[in-house]
Amino acid sequence: MSSPIGASGAGPAALNSMAAIRLVAGRELSTRLHSKAFRVMTLIVLLMIVAMVVVFKLLAGSGPSMVQVGVLQGDAQQLAQVEATGTAVGQHLSAVAVSNEAAGRQQVVDGDLAALIEPSTSGQLRVVVETKLDTGLQSALTVLARNMALDNQISSLGGDPATVNAAVSNAGLDLQVLSPPHQYDVAQIVLGSVAGILIYLSLMTGGQLVAQGVVEEKSSRVVELLLATIRPWELMTGKVLGIGLLGLIQVAAYGIVGVGLASALGVLTLSISAAAGTVIWLIVWYLIGFVMYAFAFAAAGALVSRQEDAAGVIMPVLIFVIVGYVLGISVLPSDPGNHLVSVLSVIPLFAPTLMPMRLAMGGVPAWEAALALVLALAMIPALAALAGRIYRNAVIHIGARVSLRKALAG
Amino acid sequence: MAESSLQIDHLSKRYGSVVALDDMTFDVRAGEVFGFVGSNGAGKTTTMRIVLGVLSADSGEVRWAGERIDLASRRHIGYMPEERGLYPKMKVGEQLIYLARLHGMPAGAARSAAEQWAERLGVHGRWDDELQKLSLGNQQRVQLAAALVHDPQILVLDEPFSGLDPVAVDVMSQVLAERAAAGVPVIFSSHQLDLVQRLCHRVGIVKAGRMVALGGVDELRAGAEGRLVVTAPQGPPGWATIVPGVTVTAQDNATVTLQLAPGADDQAVLAAALATGPVTEFSWRRPDLTELFRHVVTTQEAA
Repeated sequence: MSSPIGASGAGPAALNSMAAIRLVAGRELSTRLHSKAFRVMTLIVLLMIVAMVVVFKLLAGSGPSMVQVGVLQGDAQQLAQVEATGTAVGQHLSAVAVSNEAAGRQQVVDGDLAALIEPSTSGQLRVVVETKLDTGLQSALTVLARNMALDNQISSLGGDPATVNAAVSNAGLDLQVLSPPHQYDVAQIVLGSVAGILIYLSLMTGGQLVAQGVVEEKSSRVVELLLATIRPWELMTGKVLGIGLLGLIQVAAYGIVGVGLASALGVLTLSISAAAGTVIWLIVWYLIGFVMYAFAFAAAGALVSRQEDAAGVIMPVLIFVIVGYVLGISVLPSDPGNHLVSVLSVIPLFAPTLMPMRLAMGGVPAWEAALALVLALAMIPALAALAGRIYRNAVIHIGARVSLRKALAG
Repeated sequence: MAESSLQIDHLSKRYGSVVALDDMTFDVRAGEVFGFVGSNGAGKTTTMRIVLGVLSADSGEVRWAGERIDLASRRHIGYMPEERGLYPKMKVGEQLIYLARLHGMPAGAARSAAEQWAERLGVHGRWDDELQKLSLGNQQRVQLAAALVHDPQILVLDEPFSGLDPVAVDVMSQVLAERAAAGVPVIFSSHQLDLVQRLCHRVGIVKAGRMVALGGVDELRAGAEGRLVVTAPQGPPGWATIVPGVTVTAQDNATVTLQLAPGADDQAVLAAALATGPVTEFSWRRPDLTELFRHVVTTQEAA
């Protein structure tokens, strides 16, 4: 206590940049993880995602999923024919034999069977339903009735219906497309849109948190105490990393819960690898986008000393996030291969919102995905250096807004 | 000990055409409490911010123990900025631990130091409260704890007494004296000149970015012109002015305060006073720091 440590400051009290950044990032992360607002917000978004998946599940439940049809006194051949006809028209049918009509009707009323059918030799197919005949089922059964009539006719003419059917089902087009367009899967388009919304929300809230955090340190004047111990770039980097990590936890939670639940409920008809790919791309582009925008948000925040003034200075940064997202969400779902959006999605300022949407929707040439990644990664150091300069020159000036020119000049 | 003094060496700083510091030079010796006084805008805060590296000087340098001060050695400074500031929404305890760790303390030592200073400054009961929930006076105590928590080897305090209640002023005075006794150079600025006079070994008076008076309080007072106080109850008005070189600076009933020009004879004044009748008081009075300050600031104005 009484013997002063050497002026070089070496010894146990030395603090390197990594340690300083880790301390700052740790504070950002822990104060925000403990804040009620953050927890409530995250929980609300998670619940919204769960609700969305469940709604999809309910909507999809009446769609192309398996429909149970009872066949009155049906034999194995009839049951197979019903199911085969369903498959041919894209309606998944499962046929079960029903021994008597009364029991069959009861099952229809109970909802166990979508319909009870009773083949007859007259060519008429009697169909019993509870309230109305579903259009998908109706077309399947119509085809079935015609096929049965046809079989009857073939049999009465002395032919073998099975041979004719085999010949008919083998007949078809042998289509050869020379340059096939990408077939977009509806599920992937939905997934892409959801990815876009998530990344937009995350970038926007994360970026604003960074800017507000910088302004908070200026408005509370604590920045002077901090800058007496650590360098401006250490403070800025620590803040960006801490808040970025927080956002990463959020995005990963959203992505994993959303895709995981959707896969478990069978809402997503994607392979596990495609779903996992979407989540991974989402996280990669969130990280790139966050780091890119966050430094710009930090620099913008450093220009002002009051929270009320923050909105004005962060708008020029926010506009890139908003434009990218709005373009993507309004154009891509109906036109996933849009040329303008494809071009913009490679440009670093728009890539973080547009590229993950396109990647989730599929059909992005590998070179485009790689180019966007390389360009964005190349831009980060330049942007960070510029932001660091603005931040360093502006953050200590408390009071009136610092002009960008002054901040750049130092 | 003398080698671990803090040297402010020919600092200059301009903001456009405004001169903030003009060749500011002084040193704060180890174990010394140095009072930094001057009008608002004289350059006290600018000097301290340059010492802390928050601002950079146009020229000149700050040395500690003979070496140019850098980020590593600055971590040994305990600093209280003029604009008080801590995180309003962070808990008192967490805040102190965080600041101690930023100064390079390991986690365990940071916690015990934070608890010790919170205890000492009477804010330990608010350990888990957000800073913004504390009264202004208690926030000031936390601010002081934040300046002391890393066992600083130099103390730089900008207006540490402003906003403190009398009890906190006593605690603060005690802490400053204690740290100085431990060999730490202590510099603080204040407008409360009675406190400066009581606490400081040496005082520097700044004006327009320059150090205009520097020395021990007694030394400065001795060097300044004294005043002669005479009470002559039966003296007619203006009795003293008949003595050459004497001007009346204040008159309170029969008591006059006189300023004597160099070479004027105080015995002639006594003789003149006795000539009017009885003299009940005749004494030389040395100026206190407030008068000294006023004198220095106004005379330099004329120069």
